[in-house]
Amino acid sequence: MPRVLIRQERCKGCELCIYACPQHVLAISENINEKGYFFAEVADQPRCIGCRLCAVTCPDQVIQIGLNGVMVHYYDY
Amino acid sequence: MELAFKISTAMKDVPTHYCPGCTHGVVHRMVAEVLEELNIRERTVGVAPVGCAVLIYNYLNNDFMEAPHGRAPALATGAKRARPDLILYTYQGDGDLASIGFNEIFHAANRGEKITVIFINNGIYGMTGGQMAPTTLPEQVTTTSPDGRDVSQTGFPVAVSEALATQATPGFIVRCSVHDGLHQIQTKKLIRRAFQNQVDNRCFSLVEILSTCPTNWGLTPQQSLEHIRDNTLQHYKLGILKSPEEV
Amino acid sequence: MTKVLMKGNEALGEAAIRANCRNYFAYPITPQTEIAEYMVRRLPEVGGHFVQAESELGAVNMVYGAAAVGERVFTSSSSPGVALMSEAISYLAGSQLPAVLINIVRGGPGLGGILPAQSDYFMATKAGGHGDFRLLVLAPAGVQEAADLVMDAFDLADKYRNPVMIIGDGMIGQMMEPVEFREYNTPEGIDRSYANTGAKDRPPTIVKSLFLDPQQLENNNLELLAKYRLMEQHEIRFEEYAVTDKMDVLVVSYGMMARICKTAIDELNQEGHRVGIVRPITLFPFPSSAIYKAAARARKVIAIEMSTGQMVEDVRLAVRGRRAVQFYGRTGGIVPTPAEIRQQLLKLIK
Repeated sequence: MPRVLIRQERCKGCELCIYACPQHVLAISENINEKGYFFAEVADQPRCIGCRLCAVTCPDQVIQIGLNGVMVHYYDY
Repeated sequence: MELAFKISTAMKDVPTHYCPGCTHGVVHRMVAEVLEELNIRERTVGVAPVGCAVLIYNYLNNDFMEAPHGRAPALATGAKRARPDLILYTYQGDGDLASIGFNEIFHAANRGEKITVIFINNGIYGMTGGQMAPTTLPEQVTTTSPDGRDVSQTGFPVAVSEALATQATPGFIVRCSVHDGLHQIQTKKLIRRAFQNQVDNRCFSLVEILSTCPTNWGLTPQQSLEHIRDNTLQHYKLGILKSPEEV
Repeated sequence: MTKVLMKGNEALGEAAIRANCRNYFAYPITPQTEIAEYMVRRLPEVGGHFVQAESELGAVNMVYGAAAVGERVFTSSSSPGVALMSEAISYLAGSQLPAVLINIVRGGPGLGGILPAQSDYFMATKAGGHGDFRLLVLAPAGVQEAADLVMDAFDLADKYRNPVMIIGDGMIGQMMEPVEFREYNTPEGIDRSYANTGAKDRPPTIVKSLFLDPQQLENNNLELLAKYRLMEQHEIRFEEYAVTDKMDVLVVSYGMMARICKTAIDELNQEGHRVGIVRPITLFPFPSSAIYKAAARARKVIAIEMSTGQMVEDVRLAVRGRRAVQFYGRTGGIVPTPAEIRQQLLKLIK
């Protein structure tokens, strides 16, 4: 199962990852980080298909994708 | 846990000064990933522009020199000629490259300098607070075109890549975009080819990337990406405008 | 080593090659274009690199790029071209990079003319670009000295990590004289740790002049200032000729103008007058103390230049009011004859 790993302290709350995710895994938190941004968080991890689009679109190196076991690569990146 | 997507080691682990949603961060990361994947970071020298991306040397983990406004291709030329073993790339915005630095980029391309140019085109001067650029779209409102760009007075958006591609010198000149996942993946591939060309000592390479400036466009980051899809792409066609394979 | 007869511009280029400089970028402009014509043939023989740039802006920024990767590099131009280069010259100084710049001066302002002049003294010593910086400026008075100073210029640029300018009037570029190139060895231990050579087994180097934090920017300026103070202590060069006690007139003049003055001075001294000359070789740092001391030994002081009066301001500062400093100059490409200078000096002597 893939896992979305979010470095919340780095997030600027731009929401691009939320729009990029085809599975609606991510959402904006109701809390703010040290910078004062409402950061992105994982709302529904089990729906994640490990497509990495959230990480590809993130301008701030906030997102890494963890992997347990086999993952389908939908595209070369 | 194994990582299927991890932070590039060619990137310094520090927050950037860019506004939320600014696509500079996306392209910075792609350049860093390519330097790591091609294993060239340790012999790569970047040339920083004047504009928002001047501080790129705080974020990428390779040697950098900082150019006067628009002159990055000339610096890269001098450095590459003096040290052909180094990999030289410039990272320039559209005010830098398409306006004040047009002469430098045009002649570097025409001499076929074996350098890589990352050209960020977001149609506006970001650093100085949202003025009209040569690349600004018709009717687009900026602080120096408050009623929208009037093409009868200020001309149409400058198509730098097309201008460079019309010259006879072989080169790799492409335009891509980062407005959605599909195009982001393509952009990364083109950046990789642009660097691979230099590793192979092949030709001048320029990757024009349609990018956003949410703050000065007055749009949210997502609206900005949609603005590229709905408006910018009407004026700037994506694709490989010139490739060394054709020649 | 044997003497060869060479045109000044060619000797400048050859001297750079002998100083182990392998990179030259330039844009054609009269009266120094022969340097490029010489280098394009000569550099490939020694594995060097020449690019005819798209403009002086292109040329000097190529210099900036080559200097940033730690290589010896130079460019040459003439007055309007050097004015165009002033942007990157300021960047070179601000980012503390070594480079050699040659200005074979022609008459100005504007497009001016193509004949010799010394009207770029201000630009070379005081207004080489924006910001608080100085160039180390060397002014040869002949082809031999020009060749010698080019070799020194590369060493000085490396020593201070500061751009060095050779300023010669159009005559030096165009005339032919015998020249002997001295044996040259690059000094050992030049520190290139600033250079962009690839971040292998070390943190990245950043060549930059941007310091958004005002304290950092002030610090960078103070570092530059400290270098200029060191130059003032160690690098002042001048020539004294016929400087004696109780001179009727002390002439201060540089470059080819000084050589013309010397001819007039020889004649006058043979007739029993007492005229001496101090010829600054470094225009920055300026030999103020030598001029002050020599002025004290003369009744009158005159600065003679091929301009309407630029160096004279520094002479007045050097003399500190101890003598009134007269001025004589021709400009626009007019080179005064020894007879003309003699007449001016005789007026002062009477």
